[in-house]
Amino acid sequence: MSLLRAEGLSKEFGGVHAVQALEFAIQPGAVFSIIGPNGAGKTTLLNLITGIYRPSAGRIWLEERELTGLAPHRFAAAGIGRTFQNLQIFFNMSALENVMAGRYLHERCGLAAAMLRLPGLARAERACRDEALELLALVGLERYTDEASEGMPYGALKRLEIARALAARPRLLLLDEPAAGLNPTETQDIDRLIQRVAARGVTVVLVEHNMRLVMGVSDRVLVLDYGRKLAEGDAESVRRDPRVIEAYLGAEARYA
Amino acid sequence: MLARLGAARRGGLLALALAVALLPLALGNQYLYDVAILVGLNAIVCVGLNLLIGYAGQISLGHAGFFALGGYGSAILAVRYGWPPLAALPVSVGSVTLLAFLVGRPILRLKGHYLAMATLGLGVIITVVLATEDRFTGGPDGMSVPPLALFGRALAGERAWYWLVGALLLACVWLALNLVESPRGRALRALHGSEVAAEMIGIDSARHKLAVFVLSAGLAAAAGGLTAHYSGFITPSQGSFLRSIELVTMVVFGGMASTFGAVVGAAVLTTLPQLLTPLKDYEMVVFGAVMMFTMIFMPRGIVPTLAALFKPRTRP
Repeated sequence: MSLLRAEGLSKEFGGVHAVQALEFAIQPGAVFSIIGPNGAGKTTLLNLITGIYRPSAGRIWLEERELTGLAPHRFAAAGIGRTFQNLQIFFNMSALENVMAGRYLHERCGLAAAMLRLPGLARAERACRDEALELLALVGLERYTDEASEGMPYGALKRLEIARALAARPRLLLLDEPAAGLNPTETQDIDRLIQRVAARGVTVVLVEHNMRLVMGVSDRVLVLDYGRKLAEGDAESVRRDPRVIEAYLGAEARYA
Repeated sequence: MLARLGAARRGGLLALALAVALLPLALGNQYLYDVAILVGLNAIVCVGLNLLIGYAGQISLGHAGFFALGGYGSAILAVRYGWPPLAALPVSVGSVTLLAFLVGRPILRLKGHYLAMATLGLGVIITVVLATEDRFTGGPDGMSVPPLALFGRALAGERAWYWLVGALLLACVWLALNLVESPRGRALRALHGSEVAAEMIGIDSARHKLAVFVLSAGLAAAAGGLTAHYSGFITPSQGSFLRSIELVTMVVFGGMASTFGAVVGAAVLTTLPQLLTPLKDYEMVVFGAVMMFTMIFMPRGIVPTLAALFKPRTRP
């Protein structure tokens, strides 16, 4: 059974069809990439499958559970996590606190319990901290643990967002251009990180412009153009698809 | 770092407890006690308001309204309906908290300037109602409020009030510090940092904003009720827009997202006008100047700015 399924998904902004009648299913355990030229509707699609946008038409399921129309935090609680193309770091916190905040769903505590610092909270906080440290190590940011996130370099913040999203233990992790603005070495780090995340059993949805990264890491690729599905298949078949080459990859791909 | 934070918390709380315990040695007369009590009552409001503004990043320009309502509710129940003040006070605080819950739901959907304007409007409505409903409130001239009585004995005298307010302030600071360092506190700061990212880690932003709004309104109402019973008199000016601005200035000057900052801000800006009584008419000018000075020279507020100066450098 597919993990995430969309049926007839559409989003209109005042007559502009950003995403139109999209159908797809994401299998568990796969790295599923969404590519397409600028303005093809990739980020709109991510916003639809995280509840930030309400679809104009169509429905979304996570396994049997329909999520259409729910608030974003309910999508998160159902097991969908994401990072952002434009960083959305909590700049008022340290690196460690950003990741600890990501554990929110697993740290439920009432207002009264929090204010009275009831016993049990301290133990839970230590466990939370340990897990956050482990995730910082996974993304290679141990040395920034207590740093104010404000002062961290761009590449590190990209990975911090991934660690924070992983802290919520999502079943589906959406990465919105994780390699944008990174140099080749940093991009390789992200490549390895995506593979490590997938190896942990997290299904990854990757929106990315870097074709080398996409083609290397993806099990399946969805190509969008003007908000519609242009092609879908494994990396190799998409790479060879003449429609994709014409619409998107262009001349560059023929020499690749 | 958590251990260090915990130590800083305990150290700060201990320092505050010592300050409360030792201050009477320096309070030579009743007037000074009076100022200290007002500092404590304002500090309670500011500790709550700082949770809302400093930590959750939601601006309220109407908190004086809740402060005044807390006082009036208790006064009206005691004077017009003959309730014992000790019963009137908690019922009044509970009612204001409920009111904050009801108006907070629609208001907190708004962000930034819109939220500020909506809370400002709320404060204005409360003041106008208090000034107009003179059958209950005595109108613009205000009304007198009976003292709190404990087991038939009136809580009278500055000393008794000083210890009561001091103990309550310490309790509020302790509760606020605990909250900030809990998962709930992290959720509030996350909202401040990025609301969309907070939602994407499962934080129900509407619920958390409402909870902290209601909490801060409840603290304001409690302090307002105590202030009314302490001073024995209340006027609608307690809920005025200028009074709301004063409270926000205390929080901003002391330091956003610093609980001790809120206490220091309340202490400095409650004491300052007393020192400037010759300039009475220009009191608000001083508040305006303090706000501008803070924003330009230490936007993080005085306590975080000083703390950063004395913090050992840990950057690699």
